[in-house]
Amino acid sequence: MADQSTHHAHGAEEAGKAYWSANLRLIFISLIIWALCSFGFGILLRPMLSGIAVGGSDLGFWFAQQGSIIVFLALIFFYAWRMNKLDREYGVDEE
Amino acid sequence: MDQFTINLLFVGASFALYIGIAIWARAGSTSEFYAAGRGVHPVTNGMATAADWMSAASFLSMAGLIAFTGYDNSAYLMGWTGGYVLLALLLAPYLRKFGKFTVSEFIGDRFYSPTARLVAVICLIIASTTYVIGQMTGVGVAFGRFLEVSSTTGLLIGAVIVFAYAVFGGMKGVTYTQVAQYIVLILAYTIPAIFISLQLTGNPIPGLGLFGTDQASGEPLLAKLDQIVRELGFGEYTAHNGDTLNMVLFTLSLMIGTAGLPHVIMRFFTVPKVADARWSAGWALVFIALLYLTAPAVGAMARLNITQQFWPEGTAGQAVSLEQIESDPAYDWMATWQQTGLLGWEDLNGDGRIQYYNDKNAAMQEKATAEGWAGNELTNFNNDILVLANPEIANLPSWVIGLVAAGGLAAALSTAAGLLLAISSAVSHDLIKGQINPAISEKGELLSARIAMAVAIAVATWLGLNPPGFAAQTVALAFGLAAASIFPALMMGIFSKVNNKGAVAGMLSGLIVTLLYIFLHKGWFFIPDTNSFTDADPLLGTIKSTSFGAVGALVNFAVAFTVSAMTKPIPQEISELVESVRVPRGAGAAQDH
Repeated sequence: MADQSTHHAHGAEEAGKAYWSANLRLIFISLIIWALCSFGFGILLRPMLSGIAVGGSDLGFWFAQQGSIIVFLALIFFYAWRMNKLDREYGVDEE
Repeated sequence: MDQFTINLLFVGASFALYIGIAIWARAGSTSEFYAAGRGVHPVTNGMATAADWMSAASFLSMAGLIAFTGYDNSAYLMGWTGGYVLLALLLAPYLRKFGKFTVSEFIGDRFYSPTARLVAVICLIIASTTYVIGQMTGVGVAFGRFLEVSSTTGLLIGAVIVFAYAVFGGMKGVTYTQVAQYIVLILAYTIPAIFISLQLTGNPIPGLGLFGTDQASGEPLLAKLDQIVRELGFGEYTAHNGDTLNMVLFTLSLMIGTAGLPHVIMRFFTVPKVADARWSAGWALVFIALLYLTAPAVGAMARLNITQQFWPEGTAGQAVSLEQIESDPAYDWMATWQQTGLLGWEDLNGDGRIQYYNDKNAAMQEKATAEGWAGNELTNFNNDILVLANPEIANLPSWVIGLVAAGGLAAALSTAAGLLLAISSAVSHDLIKGQINPAISEKGELLSARIAMAVAIAVATWLGLNPPGFAAQTVALAFGLAAASIFPALMMGIFSKVNNKGAVAGMLSGLIVTLLYIFLHKGWFFIPDTNSFTDADPLLGTIKSTSFGAVGALVNFAVAFTVSAMTKPIPQEISELVESVRVPRGAGAAQDH
């Protein structure tokens, strides 16, 4: 991808599209994890996880009160790191 | 030294600190007032954002709501943190690239329509004013306790201080003041929690102590708590007692609302680069998570302590006697809080003891008849007092109690003042200068900003006297309104090519249905006793008014896409604007116009 800048206009447009769809894919995957840990494990899937004991309660309770927050943090830092890398790969980062 | 003097010292010292920093930092940076975030390390900026964001709702109110409801109120924890994921992934980097200073400017430009900008301003004013009402409730509780007066008097004194605080203004823009406020706030929240966690579980980290062992009984803390609240006829603490659909929608409303509130979004406009906007959201959440991972421990441990205080011999033994409440120093907090009018008890059956139990529970009613109880005698326990009363209930040293008073005021004042500034600039800059009278002088603009601020605080104070709910519940309504109006417009502006008419129709319909739903349940304009429904028996299925924001957002999206598909597509230059917002290159500095 290092030679992006030398591509002619048509190539740049293609690269722009590829960059945007890579971004959308990353957002999509991240939001699935986001929803799974909060609405999923924390609420809707909690009955399924009730067999897994965590300190006086169960895994679903832990996700609802603490686990989801930890996952949210990891997701934001992962996305920032991955996107900033993607910007450089596609040559659209700020100089 | 008595407790009152110690509180005064801590609150006074913390205020002196903020004002000192404001004066010190002001000299060099007046010209960069708007760009307070620039040149500041992302970590520092994250800390300031956290202080701006965490208000009376997070600090004073949330743990109390979790304590008395248990698992079901985890929605607050997930909702108010999960929104940062949406902010970081869907909004912050693109709004930074766009490079303007306010949310309504983005909406006005992207939807090439002064009407869209006007509608956005109206949405922001309504959501922010509702938010301030919640803050004023918290301010009333904090000042009431700290000055040992009723919460109504506390609210009126607090309103005057908030107004002065906001008019001086410097507090908002100076990042380092907010860093100081964050440090006071987080110490005030975690230090008592560490003490209590050590007392109960022996674990110095409250978040871990929550899942640890209750040293007195040798059982896991949560299992012990479940057992004693069950024996008093309450729903088990860790059980899901409420409605699942409502919990999902409530969590979603808080998440979307977080990503739609102007005073949080604004902070990402001024970071140096698009890449930094992505990191900043993460750092803000790190500092917010320090409080949010502690809050569930504060709630559970306080519930355990309070219940055990009322049943010193265990739930099978005798309830606490009136004589002990009056003479035992461990119960001094009850007399102190009684003065605020937010705590009350009454020996209904005249047996000299205070029975605290759930008198709505059938099994407990049977037991009550057998024992000669005449109903729950802890007649009033306002959830908003829990965090402030907690160190007193746990018998912590006086300086810890003073610190918590200072922290609670820092949380309430910083956010209330920030919101008032947002409202006043929306009225004076976006509404009057942008729409009504573009030729207004700078002096006139400033005057209208002050008037707007005075009106907003008067309205919020008046409604704060009879609030639509506990502080965090009122704030949740504000999030619902932001979720239904602002967030969908921003997201569609970036990720789709919805046109001007679609955006305006979407915002208006989202705002109107949500506002209607809230007014139907909480009273018209929050005036008590004008409601047609209650949240216990809501209009639509099990959906409470606090959860309706997510539905409003769906309506917004649906209307916007439909109207947009039926009307003229966006012009070429707006299409190019959308494309350019999507790539970081060429961001440059944010600019005002």
